[in-house]
Amino acid sequence: MSYTEVILGRVAGVVLISWCSLGLAAELPETIEFNRDIRPILSDNCFQCHGPDGETRGAGLRLDIREHAIASNNGQAAIVPGNADASNLLDRIFHKDPEEVMPPSDTERSLSDHEKALLQEWIEQGAEYQAHWAYIPPKKISLPTSAVNPIDYLVKKRLNEEGLNHSPEADRVTLIRRLSLDLLGLPPKPDEVAAFVNDTRTDAYEQLVNRLLASKHYGERMTIYWLDLVRYADTVGYHGDQVRGMSPYRDYVINAFNSNISFDQFTREQIAGDLLDNPTQEQKIATGYNRLNMVTREGGAQAKDYLVRYAADRVRTTSSVWLGSSMGCSECHDHKFDPFTMKDFYSFASFFADIKEDGVQTYGGNDGPFPPLIPFPNDDEAKKFDEIDSEIAKLKVIMDTDIPENSENKKALQKEKDDAKNKHRALSRKRIHLERDIVSVAVTETMEPRMMRILPRGNWLDETGEVVTPAIPAFLGTLEKKDDRLTRLDLADWLTHRNNPLTARVFVNRLWKLYFGTGISRVLDDVGSQGEWPQHPELLDYLAADFMDSDWDIKYIIKQIVMSQTYRQSSMPIESIKDTDPYNRLLARQSRFRLEAELVRDNALSVSGLLVTKVGGRSVKPYQPSGHYRELNFPVRTYQQDSGENLYRRGVYTHWQRTFLHPSLIAFDAPTREECTAERTISNSPQQALVLLNDPIYVEASRVFAERIITEGGDDIASRIHWAFQEAFSREPLERELAIVSDLYIHHFKEYRNDAKSAKALIEVGEKPVREGLRPVELAAWTSVARTLFNLHEMIYRY
Amino acid sequence: MLDPEVEKYHQLMQTRREFLGKTTRGIGTMALASIMNSGEANAAAYVDDKWTGISNPTHFAPKAKRIIYLYMAGGPSHLETFDYKPELERLDGTVMPESMTKGQSIAQLQGQELKCMRPLLKFGKYGQSGQDITSVFPHMQTIADEMCIIKSMYTDQINHDPAHTFMNSGTAISGRPSMGSWLLYGLGNESENLPGFVVLTSKGGRNPQPLATRQWHSGFLPSKFQGVQFQSIGEPVHYVNNPPGVTGDRQRDIVNSVQALNTIRDEVVDDEEIASRISQYEMAFRMQTSVPDLVDIKNEPQHILDMYGTDGADGSFGFNCLLARRLAERGTRFIQLYHRGWDHHNDIVKYMNICAGHVDQGTAALVTDLKQRGMLDDTLIIWGGEFGRTPMVQGNKGGPGRDHHNKGFSLWMAGGGIKGGMSYGNTDDFGYNAVENRVSVHDFHATLLHQMGIDHKKLTHRFQGRDFRLTDISGNVVRDILA
Repeated sequence: MSYTEVILGRVAGVVLISWCSLGLAAELPETIEFNRDIRPILSDNCFQCHGPDGETRGAGLRLDIREHAIASNNGQAAIVPGNADASNLLDRIFHKDPEEVMPPSDTERSLSDHEKALLQEWIEQGAEYQAHWAYIPPKKISLPTSAVNPIDYLVKKRLNEEGLNHSPEADRVTLIRRLSLDLLGLPPKPDEVAAFVNDTRTDAYEQLVNRLLASKHYGERMTIYWLDLVRYADTVGYHGDQVRGMSPYRDYVINAFNSNISFDQFTREQIAGDLLDNPTQEQKIATGYNRLNMVTREGGAQAKDYLVRYAADRVRTTSSVWLGSSMGCSECHDHKFDPFTMKDFYSFASFFADIKEDGVQTYGGNDGPFPPLIPFPNDDEAKKFDEIDSEIAKLKVIMDTDIPENSENKKALQKEKDDAKNKHRALSRKRIHLERDIVSVAVTETMEPRMMRILPRGNWLDETGEVVTPAIPAFLGTLEKKDDRLTRLDLADWLTHRNNPLTARVFVNRLWKLYFGTGISRVLDDVGSQGEWPQHPELLDYLAADFMDSDWDIKYIIKQIVMSQTYRQSSMPIESIKDTDPYNRLLARQSRFRLEAELVRDNALSVSGLLVTKVGGRSVKPYQPSGHYRELNFPVRTYQQDSGENLYRRGVYTHWQRTFLHPSLIAFDAPTREECTAERTISNSPQQALVLLNDPIYVEASRVFAERIITEGGDDIASRIHWAFQEAFSREPLERELAIVSDLYIHHFKEYRNDAKSAKALIEVGEKPVREGLRPVELAAWTSVARTLFNLHEMIYRY
Repeated sequence: MLDPEVEKYHQLMQTRREFLGKTTRGIGTMALASIMNSGEANAAAYVDDKWTGISNPTHFAPKAKRIIYLYMAGGPSHLETFDYKPELERLDGTVMPESMTKGQSIAQLQGQELKCMRPLLKFGKYGQSGQDITSVFPHMQTIADEMCIIKSMYTDQINHDPAHTFMNSGTAISGRPSMGSWLLYGLGNESENLPGFVVLTSKGGRNPQPLATRQWHSGFLPSKFQGVQFQSIGEPVHYVNNPPGVTGDRQRDIVNSVQALNTIRDEVVDDEEIASRISQYEMAFRMQTSVPDLVDIKNEPQHILDMYGTDGADGSFGFNCLLARRLAERGTRFIQLYHRGWDHHNDIVKYMNICAGHVDQGTAALVTDLKQRGMLDDTLIIWGGEFGRTPMVQGNKGGPGRDHHNKGFSLWMAGGGIKGGMSYGNTDDFGYNAVENRVSVHDFHATLLHQMGIDHKKLTHRFQGRDFRLTDISGNVVRDILA
């Protein structure tokens, strides 16, 4: 396991500890700031019992609200502002008796001396509270006129405070590779690299950024990130994990990013596209968002039970995607750390109570489709539908004709009728299978809203709870609509309303992660009390406000980020701060990170020349180890691998089978998308090595690359290796590297010369025919070289 | 005679330096600092770049070093296996008291008349301890004195999919780590060349319920803690075989070149992650030889094969039991064998015979074999499903069967510091509710972790602002069954 796994993984949010060991804050800050210094301590150690959840509150004491904390009870108060000695809280946290000390010893929590000192000093200074940073609407800090770029100004300000400065700008080759991988998820071609390196225009970099943002592949890259959030998949996830048509929704997302529709409109179309005036086909497809939750066809499952699960799933996902909040906790109890109540949870769920769906889907048996849906039959399929429908109509006539009592042919007529009935049944099955197999998308249709109650402890069998109607979380305000129930459209409008403090922050924070490897606030899926006080709070607020000011222009905000000097820095580690800023939170340099699962594949296919760059279309099924679907049932399935160009599409198009995701995607940390994923974990595992070494797509890509090495790379070994390095890494090999690679080539050339059968076997991996006129032995040896390059760390890393 | 290309190459060779075989770097100062700072992992979690677990050293001395979980998917009937209910004999055909079933979640019997059905298989007393076991388990009867049968299990979930998820991850909500992942995260892997968490599935039984990788997924933990599925037919592990035309030596050449080039690159770009990648490639390469070695059972004597009732890689549960022993010997931490097909809504007698026939011999052989090798003491064996079955009859087709039931069911454990020859807890006279010494899934998980040396409250991981654990917010170690 790698160290960055822990670094980039969700690490405890106690910022103080890390800064303390930075040696920067070993002594207490002059002014204690509640949000930065105190809230994390109280939240992590006290709120579990002394926080928003009234059910389990200990001793009636509440520490998340100042009035409660300083309230006097029998002449005693937990906190006496300005008087630490008189504060009961201090008494308890310093208590020597294990029975008395807080937090209690059986909670697995304890305060460090530094934390205790901070609390003491904070009370001495008057115990001032602050509203939680993420719940205050973001504002732009006023910048001096000298600040050319707000990002650089704010990052640099912080660096200077620590006696540091930005790193020099990365070289142009690194820059174009970084930009291409970040914005498109694809490496630059050698001619693109050369053009940029030799571009003498003063705005060469900006020109490059503009070109990349205009690429059709930009939308594909952004879509990977969005699909993780909304938990997009091609299958339903529960039990039989049957296929549910969704790919037009995925293409909608790609197009939305490419055409740069504003984020508020993007929000509206997905949550409530069906409720817009005269919705377009695209807007209806966008409402597939509401149908992406896991659903079941399991026999014995109770519809009511599952409708509750789906409702809860939508709250978890929508609150995670837009609000960066873990509202899901309030399904069974008021939130322990943030002011979300159970009533908030079920009221939020009520927004979606009008979505037409079945608790347990039964239409068409185990392998039927999941209506309501929009079908997209091609011409052939449309024709088949017509044929079946007209046939069914004819049969119906026969079936509906009464046989006269006195008919002589009663027996024959009855037989005809029975035959018609059998044919009708068979044709209906056929029609259902056709419905399932064509491209379609499950969409939102509205109906009379289901009644929604608060479910005590989340128990769907308990009908004693209060009936609720749609409402936003109460502590964030109220939405009113005269004499009318709030709708999903109201919700969408509120999510991207100026007064909503969360959405813009959450979105730009996640964008920042895409370009720096870590968010400004590291916990991407929780900006609440247990989240992280942002490393650069003013910057996060500035970008969030700027995003709203730009009318939610996504490309604009991305361009702000990637144009900054902060982004353009070299990523070379800085020896002097390796120990003190191991996570590169101060941004004295760029970060480095591994490509995401889909991009690992895209990168190899692109370098090899195999990549098919078509955008959109139905999901595709690349090579997959046999037997991977062995444990699926209802119905039993064998993987129907695609052929031709569908084998070489980008990873974003790979068929997403939730319960048995493609093993190469799993190996590189792609989520199953059963739940919203704001941040993928990052592993470094032997399975990844096995994928790159042995998955046929990488062997085939290596061979196709080898064909190009031979035909395009010049006539001698050295020039071919130079060419291959330029194609794969946009750089020249070092002499030492050249030596190792040529050594391998020579050795394998000899190997395969003595073993022609193996050479043939190796180069015939994959469906792409071997290019004619090449010597198999030579091709096999160069395939070995290409396999080596495709397995290098550099191939899957962004610097 | 050399090719012209080869001759040309010789000129290049003049400057060649040897980089192969360069050892990987140990833990760097940056890495150490970052781990120390994380507030979550400690430096001891890594030794020589290898993950050795965040609960290392363990919270107390472990009784078990590894777990083999024989997972009977579908929900075997407790009333036809280990939980003998003489009263139910008498009540056969009578209507279940409404007071017991009212307001309870019911699966396929929803809305139907609920009638009691007597145990359909013959029980006997086995071992010196006199454990109740039915006639379909002649081999398990011989290990009765090793077994601790818990008769008072209950779970929250009544449908297969969420019940599996609950049993494996302590919650029905997707995205949480499975117990094997937690164990690897907590303890690391003992094996240098095999995965620490292995899943095997076997063939046979009533039209089997599906499984999902969710059951062995690492959830919000890094994906390297996921269970690795072994296939007993075909390629044993995905991508473990070399590509066609690539011998082991040629693959080694590639890996050597990769390692050498990565090492050079590290010198240029100073990337600590490269050292880790290099060690993962070594592990991968070792796996490519150790996996075939693991599944190659030609050196197993005939009497061992006979004991397990297998002739080789046949996809059977018996073969998987043998593989489980071989994995245990090689240091794999958590081994989970799934046998599907226990979902007996109808024809329960017929299907019990079939399913028991699949698993009985292998199960008993595994326990016996481990005992003979002195490994049962530190190997915890678990046998059980995701829930039990109703005392009420279900008869929609064929002979009578039973519906899903979550209020009371049985499972058993053996070895690994658990008392053998005992049963624990009881259901009521109907076999409906667990009433005495009730054991929840979280209690069960807390007990497993305890045997591995882990305090279940201390094995946590922060996700979405909350410290999650396998046992969620409950769980008590079942101390009465500890040896």
